[in-house]
Amino acid sequence: MDLGEINPVLLVASLMVAATPLLLAAIGELVVEKAGVLNLGVEGMMIVGAISGFAISVETGSPWLGFIASAIGGAVLSLLFVLLTQVALANQVASGLALTLFGLGFSALLGQSYVGIKPPSMGDIHIPVIGDIPVIGPILFQHDPILYVGIALTAAVWATLKYTRVGLILRAVGENHDAAHALGYKVIKIRIMAILFGGACAGLGGAYISLIRVPQWTEGMTAGVGWIALALVVFASWKPWRALLGAYLFGGITVLQLNLQAAGVAIPVEYLAMSPYIITILVLVILSADKSSAPAALGRTFHASH
Amino acid sequence: MIVLEKRPQPSKAWSYATPLVAVVATMVFGGLLFALLGKNPVEAIGTIFWEPLFGEFAFYYRPQLLVKGAPLVLIAIGLSLGFRAGIWNIGAEGQYIMGAIFGAGAGLAFYPLEAFYIFPIMVIAGAFGGWLWAMIPAFLKVRFGTNEILVSLMLVYVAEQMLASVSLGLLKNPEGFGFPGSRNLQSYDSAHNAELIAGSGMHWGVVTALIAVIFAYVLLNRHMLGFHIRLTGEAPRAAKFAGVNPARLILFCLGLSGMLAGLAGMFEVSGPAGQVSIDFNVGYGFTAIIVAFLGRLHPVGILLAGFLMALTYIGGEIAQSQLGLPAAAIQVFQGMLLFFLLAFDLLTNFRIRAARSEVA
Repeated sequence: MDLGEINPVLLVASLMVAATPLLLAAIGELVVEKAGVLNLGVEGMMIVGAISGFAISVETGSPWLGFIASAIGGAVLSLLFVLLTQVALANQVASGLALTLFGLGFSALLGQSYVGIKPPSMGDIHIPVIGDIPVIGPILFQHDPILYVGIALTAAVWATLKYTRVGLILRAVGENHDAAHALGYKVIKIRIMAILFGGACAGLGGAYISLIRVPQWTEGMTAGVGWIALALVVFASWKPWRALLGAYLFGGITVLQLNLQAAGVAIPVEYLAMSPYIITILVLVILSADKSSAPAALGRTFHASH
Repeated sequence: MIVLEKRPQPSKAWSYATPLVAVVATMVFGGLLFALLGKNPVEAIGTIFWEPLFGEFAFYYRPQLLVKGAPLVLIAIGLSLGFRAGIWNIGAEGQYIMGAIFGAGAGLAFYPLEAFYIFPIMVIAGAFGGWLWAMIPAFLKVRFGTNEILVSLMLVYVAEQMLASVSLGLLKNPEGFGFPGSRNLQSYDSAHNAELIAGSGMHWGVVTALIAVIFAYVLLNRHMLGFHIRLTGEAPRAAKFAGVNPARLILFCLGLSGMLAGLAGMFEVSGPAGQVSIDFNVGYGFTAIIVAFLGRLHPVGILLAGFLMALTYIGGEIAQSQLGLPAAAIQVFQGMLLFFLLAFDLLTNFRIRAARSEVA
C-alpha cells in the first residue's frame, strides 16, 4: 500500500471528469422535476445515450456528432416516457422503471458489434495562459469541452429558472398544475418539453461515460449513475448549483475509492466499490428530513377535464 | 378531435383485456424488431411461444417453465402488495441475492454434516436475509422519510458487491482449485433443494410460490390488512381517516416482499443454480416488476404472468441457439411488454370519445 502514489492534482482533475456524467443527468432531471414530473428512467436514457453516442462517433469519427446523437438518443427514449405519462396518463414511477428496463435491453442490442472498440478521442482544450498555471491549470483548465458544457448548462438552467419568464412558468406548472392550467399555460406541452430536455441531458451524460470517461462500450456500463443522479436532485433540494456541488462530491468519492483500490489499501476491493452507493443512501437519509423544497405537484398526473 | 373522459369506475372488462392486448402488441412489434435483425418474425415468435410448450423437446422445456417461473412469481407477489399501497420496492434483485447468500451460508456452515434440519434452517436464513435487506429502506423510510425507491435500488449494487466478495472470500469452495464460487449445494444432500418429483421441475421454491399466491389472495380479499393495503393505494385520504398506520404498512409490505425475494434466492441457489457465484443473479428481481404489473397486481394474474415471462426466457434461449437471436433482443421484448401494458391501461381508466364541438 502506498498512498504517496496518489497525486492530489490528478485526483481533483479526474474528480471533475467523474462528476460530469452525474452533473449532466442530474441537471436534466432537475428541470423535469421542477416541471412536476418524476422520470425514474434516467438510467435507461443514459445508457441509450451512451451507445448512440458511441456508435455514431465510431461510425463518423467525430466525437462531436456522437454527443449530438447521444442527446437525440436520450430525447427519443424520453419520448416514450412522454407517450406513457403525458398522453396515456400512466403511473410515472412504473413508466420510469419501464424506460430503464427497456433502455438497458435496447442498448445491449444496439451495442453488440461495438464491444472492444476504441472510440475517437475528443482531446482536451488547452487554454494557453491560465492553463499553464501550476496546480490550478491542470485541475480547472485542461479538460475536454463537454465538461465545460456541463458547467455552462448548470449556470444556464439556474439563470433560466430564476430570472426568466419561461423558468417561472415551468415552476408554476411543477408547483400547481391546476392553477397553471387555469392561467392558460399549456401544462402538458411544457412538461413534454421538460422531459425531452431531461432525456437529452441524460443522453449526453451517458455518452460522456462511453466516449470520455471510460472510453469504450460495455453492456450496462452506466452501473447506477442514473440512479445516483436521481438521488443527487434530492440532495440538491432542486437547486442547480447544489447539484454541481453534489456531483463533485460523488465524483470525488468515486475517484478516491478507485485510487485507493489502485494503491492497494487493506480494504477489500468490493467494499470500496460499494462505497459510492452507501454514501448516496447516507446522504439521502440526512437530507430527506427537509421535503419543503420539492415541487408540490411532483409525480402527479395532470388531466384537464374541462 | 379526440378527448379522454375519465370513467367513474375503472372498466372491469378492459382491466382483464389490457394484458392480453399488450401481449399481442408486443408480439407484433417484437416481430418487427426481429425482422429488423434479419430473422423471420413468424419463426422467431413461434420459437419463443410455441417451442417450449409443444415443440419436439417440450418434455425438457416444460419443467424449466416451473424452474424459471417460480422465483418470478414469488418475488412479484411480494412486490405487488407494496405496489398496491404505493410502496415501491424496486430492489428485489438485492434482496434475492442476500437471501441466496444467507441461505447458502447457513447450509455451508453445517458442511459436511447430514441432517434433516439443515434445509429448514437454510429456508429461514434465506427469508431472514431478504427481509433484513428490505428492512433497511423500510426503516429509513419510516424513521427519516427517505425515498424507498432510491435506497432499495442502491442496495442492489451493494448486494452485488457483497456477492462478489463472498464468492471470492467467505463462501469460496476450499476445494475449488482457486476458482471463485462456493461449494456446489447440489452435491450436498441435506442442503440440496432437489426436485420433489424427478423430471417435473417441481422443487420447494415452486411449492412456496403457489403457497404465496394463495396467501396473497386470502390476505387481499379476506383480511383487514389486505383491505388497508388496497385502501391506501386507491384512496390515501380515506385510509388516513380509517386509521391505517402507514409506518406499519411500510414495514409489512417491504418486509414481506424482501422475505419472498430472499426465499426465491435461497431456493435458486440451493437448487437450479447450485452455488453462490459472482454471476448468480440474472435479473429476476427486475423482471418480477414486469410480472407484477402484467398480472395486474393480482395474485392469480401474477401466477399467469410469471409463467408467460418464464416462457419468454426459455423461448428466448431456444431462439438464441436455433436462430441466433441476440440475448438482448429478449430483454427488449420483455421491456416492450411493460410499455404496452402501461399504455393500454389508459383504456381501463378513461373512455376515448370524439369531442363535441361546443358553442362558446
